[in-house]
Amino acid sequence: MLKIAKNNLPALFAVIAKSADLYLPIRKGTVNYAPWSEDADVDLDTLKTVKSPKDFFLPQSETLYTAALAGKKIQLEAEPFADTPFVVFGVKGCDVKGIEILDKVYLSDPVDKFYEARRKHGTIVSMACAEPQATCFCKPFSIDAANPAGDVVAWMADGNLYWEAKTEKGKKLTEIVSSMLESAADDIVTAQQKDIRQKIDALPYNSGLPLDRFKAERLIELFDAPQWDSLYQTCLACGTCTFICPTCQCYDIKDFDAGECVKRYRCWDSCMYSDFTLMAHGNPRKTQKERFRQRFMHKLVYYPDKNDGEYSCVGCGRCVNKCPASLNIVKVIKSLGVNADV
Amino acid sequence: MCKTPDLLIPQIGVITDIRTETSDVKTFKITGADGKKPFDHMPGQCAMLSVPGVGEAMFSITSSPTNDDGLLFSIKQCGTLTDYLHAMEVGSEVTIRGPYGNAFPVDTVLPGQNLLIIAGGIGLAPVGSVVRYVFDNRDKYGSVDIVYGARSKDDLVYLKEIEEIWRAQPNTNVHLTIDREQSGWDGHVGFVTTYPKELNISTDKTALVCGPPIMIKLTLASLMEMGFKKEQVFTTLELRMKCGIGKCGRCNIGSKYVCKDGPVFRCDEIDELPDEY
Repeated sequence: MLKIAKNNLPALFAVIAKSADLYLPIRKGTVNYAPWSEDADVDLDTLKTVKSPKDFFLPQSETLYTAALAGKKIQLEAEPFADTPFVVFGVKGCDVKGIEILDKVYLSDPVDKFYEARRKHGTIVSMACAEPQATCFCKPFSIDAANPAGDVVAWMADGNLYWEAKTEKGKKLTEIVSSMLESAADDIVTAQQKDIRQKIDALPYNSGLPLDRFKAERLIELFDAPQWDSLYQTCLACGTCTFICPTCQCYDIKDFDAGECVKRYRCWDSCMYSDFTLMAHGNPRKTQKERFRQRFMHKLVYYPDKNDGEYSCVGCGRCVNKCPASLNIVKVIKSLGVNADV
Repeated sequence: MCKTPDLLIPQIGVITDIRTETSDVKTFKITGADGKKPFDHMPGQCAMLSVPGVGEAMFSITSSPTNDDGLLFSIKQCGTLTDYLHAMEVGSEVTIRGPYGNAFPVDTVLPGQNLLIIAGGIGLAPVGSVVRYVFDNRDKYGSVDIVYGARSKDDLVYLKEIEEIWRAQPNTNVHLTIDREQSGWDGHVGFVTTYPKELNISTDKTALVCGPPIMIKLTLASLMEMGFKKEQVFTTLELRMKCGIGKCGRCNIGSKYVCKDGPVFRCDEIDELPDEY
């Protein structure tokens, strides 16, 4: 275990930023991941960034290639893959798990090379959640917020940031900053971990979620459940839940007319939108009920069916915080999981 | 093997031939920029065609893998991209990527079997690849019955090829039908969905069905009434697609991505999926 005094962190960030692009939670009104600079208002105390850090690996929008059209001819130029090392600092356990869930989509055969290049060049410094909130429910998804995954794991306790490298990438980053870190005993971190786990056990959503009822064997039964008829009613189809979700994977491919050329780009899309599945001959998901159902069936049944039973939710609670209609996955799990009709 | 840096990056394709099938269907031959077939495929597989600035969409490949000089796509004019494609000329470039999805089991399940191929409208395009492949390897398969229907006689595609080539094949019957009476048509009138039953076609066959979703559902129901088992019937499905490789998340039916786990499904597999196609 290593440590650095909290008031020395700006110097630590400056050293990291010399070797790689550094992103961390920065307060600009709200708190979100942004590039570090000396005068940035770094905020490692706010528990949840508004958006998850999935942007670093699956950007909200990215160009795939540029097409120049001349008469009947087309010239294509593929966008180069990411080749700049970067560090994302302060990622919470739920969001690290979110990236692992995206890995199973984007790194499975056939591999998405754009995503793979970013994963290869990115180092994740995760951070334990000293003060978990009432909207957190990571425990049912087997995430330990007191000891998250990541290349380096950090704990903020007792006026210090404690530092432990977990992977080869993490060890490399540690070497770069080693002169700034000093050895530390484990006891402060051990005590914080115990405290975090106790706090999480006491949170309302961390016990009693009937997740075990969501199984591929019950796919049709859950799909046809009568609860969907009432659950979706207040959904505004705004798509906020999908954009703030660390595990939502869906994308669209579109064209941007750049004047002399066309940029073909991909961008996040939302299964909550009516044109998501719209075709010339009709739409298989005609009402918001089908779209709403798709999002939760994907996270709780379809994704697990393809990925050894692992759910595509990490309990970060962003949808609980942000849905303007107070809909969220906890309501869906409780409604479909508990009711005897299912 | 992908010829471009990533599967989402297409290669250049050239339209080398355009054949008008009906008032709203044209068949396009696409080669690579080098004049050769862009890639190999198996019957039932699809490819993404695109015009940058207009759009990109998935189309079934209707030519047989045995056809070496390009890939054929029969495309119905029904949206932004297909409108644009229909206005294009020979020599124009498009982009193409693929092949995507699985294929009809032409080399595993179908050899030695009697085949019943049922198609509605432009649905003859995907199974057309099977028909042409079977005729190019005629002695590997048993009898072939093709039951093909469209709204009117003017909506039947490949008519010349059907009359001159398909009907001339040994041990092969072609049955055409149109939905409503029409002057100049002395063939069968009625929906293709129940025509195999009217024809009293025996159940010692493997059936391949393709058409609009409602046609597939009604045809399956009729085949079941005739005594076909679901394990004897294959179909191919279509949903909106963007990536073609099971990642963009929009063409799923339950846990299955039509672009990757399909588009060809055996009908007992479809039974296990939610009714959302």
